[in-house]
Amino acid sequence: MKRLGKLINEQGIRTDGRKIDELRPIKIEAGVLKNADGSAYIEFGKNKIIVAVYGPKEVHPKHMALPDRSVLRCRYHMSPFSVQERKNPAPSRREIEISKVTREALEPALMLDDYPRTAIDVYIEVLQADGGSRCTGIAGASVALADAGINMRDLVAACAAGKVDDTIVLDINDEEDKEGQADMPIAYLPNLNQVSLMQVDGILSREEYGKCLDTAIEGCKKVYQLQKEALMKKYFGDEVDVGGSE
Amino acid sequence: MSRKSNVIVEHLRRAQMNELLAAGKRLDGRGVTESRQMKIETDVIKKANGSALVTLGNTQVIAGVKVQPDKPFPELPDKGLLICSAEVLPLASAYAEPGPPDEDAIELARVVDRGIRESEMIDLKKLVLVPGEKVYAVFADVSVLNVDGNLFDATSYAVVSALLTAKLPKLEMKDGKVVDTGEIMKAPIHTIPISVTMARIGDMILADPTSEEEACMDARVTMTTDAERRVCAVQKGGTGTFSVEQINYVVETAISKGEEIRAKIKSVTGSG
Repeated sequence: MKRLGKLINEQGIRTDGRKIDELRPIKIEAGVLKNADGSAYIEFGKNKIIVAVYGPKEVHPKHMALPDRSVLRCRYHMSPFSVQERKNPAPSRREIEISKVTREALEPALMLDDYPRTAIDVYIEVLQADGGSRCTGIAGASVALADAGINMRDLVAACAAGKVDDTIVLDINDEEDKEGQADMPIAYLPNLNQVSLMQVDGILSREEYGKCLDTAIEGCKKVYQLQKEALMKKYFGDEVDVGGSE
Repeated sequence: MSRKSNVIVEHLRRAQMNELLAAGKRLDGRGVTESRQMKIETDVIKKANGSALVTLGNTQVIAGVKVQPDKPFPELPDKGLLICSAEVLPLASAYAEPGPPDEDAIELARVVDRGIRESEMIDLKKLVLVPGEKVYAVFADVSVLNVDGNLFDATSYAVVSALLTAKLPKLEMKDGKVVDTGEIMKAPIHTIPISVTMARIGDMILADPTSEEEACMDARVTMTTDAERRVCAVQKGGTGTFSVEQINYVVETAISKGEEIRAKIKSVTGSG
């Protein structure tokens, strides 16, 4: 299914000019929507995603409410104009699966038992997609949840690694996803040192698996710094030293 | 499922399960990486080109393979089609309902499909009649008959067994039309992917979880490996997390258990 191409040149530079362990340019802004309780806008290379959080709020339909904790609901959705060929706006099976794994990636970070009988809704809208949109969505959603003031144990950072031209690379883009050999999206809770999303498609040996996971986690740690900076910037303005950068 | 009425039961059951697991015991007496007894019957549906009924403990699924000529995907003109689907039938549990598939059923079908597809189990290049125009389309459809945990592995083993034993009609092009030659052929098998699902409950990682164990689990992971001990598809599920050490343990276990189950499926399907 996957083809071997020349995606990395002799100097170890990828088709978009990056080194093998380099992230695409990332921009994160917290609090971009007036109506939402929390929101974020995130760019990850050509990915442009806006996330809104509503809640904790009353649950509709009522029977979904849980007596001991809040119900987290996520919707990952791609705009029809976000990809080359127009996408049908109805949720596809892929989007339903991504909504599920996104919820499961975010939930470990949230203290849902602080808000019994309520719902927290996370809406992730992909305005432009460029490979790695589920990770971008999770990273943005985590900032939006923090912006909404939901009690959290940690932020959720996310980033993919993969195998391209027999080399393990960080943060694969659309082209590398389609032409490459394997893709491993990871969501990671940096302070708890836990992995909350892990998917693989493509073939990896035992050794490559370990290396790919380590590479993705290193990427997540860099994303985490940018998530923290975005939140600090909203609440404390521009001139703040976030600290802790490696 | 009415989760509300189950909240107290869930808390009680979890406490009991944790107590047992702390002593290294599972409710049904199995070892932590031990699978339930598995039975595979092939060729159970004569109208299908291939079929398999898999019983894994109390979980039971049936897979059928059907083949028909079709148009290839425009971006893959030189490859046949392979499409896996899975459905949890309303007769399979008190909590299953008729209607469009919910997110669990969609995840099940997509994860099983991913394992078969990414491992390149079937050499799809050998299923082309006219490049870009006519190819074999292989449909592997699974119905879950009884739910008792680990639907991912049972479904995957059923698809693999049905494909391994399938007798495909040999098709030919004659005057621009597809005709059935009346001969049969085996599917062009390249490797045998084996899915291994494990559930984490507290610090314990259990292979082949039952429904009861799944109700108490923190997180779940399904790993598919090929005959060369490589990983080809992974899906983490559940609302908890895994540490890097736990992931490494899971990869090792998926590879070694995969070998064991692959040998068993090979002998049952006579594809040794």
